[in-house]
Amino acid sequence: MSQDSRDRFKVRIHEALGDTELRQNFRGAMDFLTGKRAAMFPDADALEKLRTQGASIRKRALAKLPDLLEQLENRCTSQGIRVHWAETADEANRIILGIAQQRKARLMVKGKSMVSEEIDLNHFMALQGIRCLESDMGEYIVQLAEETPSHIIMPAIHKNTAQIARLFHERIPATDYTEDVDALIGIGRKVLRENFASADIGLSGVNFAIAETGTLCLVENEGNGRMCTTVPPVHIALTGIEKVIEKLDDLPPLLTLLTRSATGQAITTYVNMISAPRQPGEKDGPEEVHLILLDNGRSGMFADAELKETLACIRCGACMNHCPVYTRIGGHAYGSTYPGPIGQVLMPRLNGLDKDGNLADACSLNGACGEACPVKIPLPDLIRRVRTDRLAPRTTSTRTQSWLEKQLWRAWLYLYQHPPAYRKLTWLGARTQALIPKRLGLWTKTRSVPLPAAETLHEQMRQHQLRRRESRSE
Amino acid sequence: MSTERRTDNAAARPTQYKPRQVYLFGTCLVDVFYPEAGMSVVHLLEREGIQVIYPQDQTCCGQPAYNSGLPEAARAVASAQLALFSDPWPVIVPSASCAGMFRHHYPRLFKGHAQEHAATELASRVYEFAEFLVDVLDIRLQDTGAPTSLALHHSCSAQREMEVTHPTEQLLKQLEQVTVLKHEYAHECCGFGGTFAVKSDEISAAMAADKCVHLQATGAEAFITGDCGCLLNLNGTLDKQSAPKVTHPSERFRGTHLATFLWQRTRK
Repeated sequence: MSQDSRDRFKVRIHEALGDTELRQNFRGAMDFLTGKRAAMFPDADALEKLRTQGASIRKRALAKLPDLLEQLENRCTSQGIRVHWAETADEANRIILGIAQQRKARLMVKGKSMVSEEIDLNHFMALQGIRCLESDMGEYIVQLAEETPSHIIMPAIHKNTAQIARLFHERIPATDYTEDVDALIGIGRKVLRENFASADIGLSGVNFAIAETGTLCLVENEGNGRMCTTVPPVHIALTGIEKVIEKLDDLPPLLTLLTRSATGQAITTYVNMISAPRQPGEKDGPEEVHLILLDNGRSGMFADAELKETLACIRCGACMNHCPVYTRIGGHAYGSTYPGPIGQVLMPRLNGLDKDGNLADACSLNGACGEACPVKIPLPDLIRRVRTDRLAPRTTSTRTQSWLEKQLWRAWLYLYQHPPAYRKLTWLGARTQALIPKRLGLWTKTRSVPLPAAETLHEQMRQHQLRRRESRSE
Repeated sequence: MSTERRTDNAAARPTQYKPRQVYLFGTCLVDVFYPEAGMSVVHLLEREGIQVIYPQDQTCCGQPAYNSGLPEAARAVASAQLALFSDPWPVIVPSASCAGMFRHHYPRLFKGHAQEHAATELASRVYEFAEFLVDVLDIRLQDTGAPTSLALHHSCSAQREMEVTHPTEQLLKQLEQVTVLKHEYAHECCGFGGTFAVKSDEISAAMAADKCVHLQATGAEAFITGDCGCLLNLNGTLDKQSAPKVTHPSERFRGTHLATFLWQRTRK
């Protein structure tokens, strides 16, 4: 990781922490989401049972991932869905462009897809003269503001109503300023409706791809996902290779976990199950359905027994909702497609430890994410693993530790391995309190200097044990 | 930190069983900054008729290096501890964080290494201090202090790794004159996180400031915690906030280690 990206991360953190409005937006939203989730899981034992089941389903799917992907491809193909494999983000973009060019497409409407953010699709297509329009209300807001999502489920969660009202008033022609939420949604919907009918392509993500039946499952609340996947003549479904599950029976428990963990809903308003393009005699549905299976570094994780667990993720966002760091700095501070704990373990594997390994610094290893994860991904262990891999000399080319850090660890290692030296130094520390500087780097910016006690526990215990021995021998 | 729920339920151990001897692993923070917490553990255990062995060569469990991505350094320091606690007595640790390092992470850290067996064996007899008093000793405390109210901060390790919030609350409940007041966001981290406090200093500071606000909002006279990392962080923050001159009693709001408090309240 370069010094540069570490500094930029620090700057973004500093700015986020200083932005009172942003912090209120996140604190409020995260409290709301975690509260709704908690209300959905009133029985801790039932939740634990469900999490165990969810983890087991995902683990089983990952254990057979190559076979399931092949099965998925065969099933989909036989049902008329065209399956494409993309090894990199660039390959995925080019496949989508190819489809668009064949249809002479000018406009693509998009349902929510974090994978499309991962490959930076909108930007790529814009350079080719094809306009991408986000149709999820949150994504639409973010696109209108020329920003990126700050949360994987709630992309515009960093904005409050007044900020959205201002944005709509400024960016959508002939729009009066209003803070009425229903009116605002109405304004957005009107713009979007006009575009669904004229779009050449609809693009969506995939929540689960079922190998057994060749079904793509997509959950959403606004109906925009259904519009994107049924109104335009072409539907492109874009997903990471890890989203495959073995059979239809695996779906209900995962959906139960996903919607409750994500938004505290028992079920989403829309659950789309897509298995084929429009069949002869059918009145609606796209003429073509494409499924793009993206690797983009996932095979590398698959090959490592510990990192493989990252791929179990069902993208509910519960880890970020429960993360005390995310709650305070928000999604943009991470500067990554996926923020929060899952982003901290995923991004360094997608983009490399040099580029994104520093994300793992912003974690107190408090364990709230791992506790909330509906499929029991050991996120704290994986964050620790990023830190370990970053410092391993084999895996990284650039300097990850400062000279000072290196020396401090060297001293720590010597001292804590040499008890006599350790005792001497702590003894000395206890007796030279007055000599301890009033400022100790970053610690004392907001805290007082921790003063050693007058006598260490080692000393007190030696005297204590001596006294006991004396009293016994008397 | 392990995300698994605890399966080795200490409550299942027979409570009549009282060992005659135990080891004390003081932890590096208690050793230097809060030795009175360590001594209080000793006094409480000795009052129960238990002999406390304190190996003088102990230093640190290795967690700072382990969590910073330096498993080899952690292993080197951890190895040095393994040899010191070889007799089959319980090892009492006045910190859920360090106890969690021993119980949950030593087996991982030493997996495939020569000392794997020793590490796993040690892990099986490590107890967080409150857990040992309640689950093993079934201790009965007699409150001798004046009425007071407290806020209680459970460390993240106490909540999610060692799962010792119940025994901790159990001990305070035995003190008749002590009222424990609940604070908002009690589940949330205080922002210490070891090297996190320095590496991500601004986030850590924001978390600590919030925790101080929530603890103080209870109106309690002081707060209690079982982990000295949290204590160093929160008391340090409170000190800095109220410096230089203390005018109002609410500004004397500080934290104390659970062991120190229990001993103060029950010594005759």
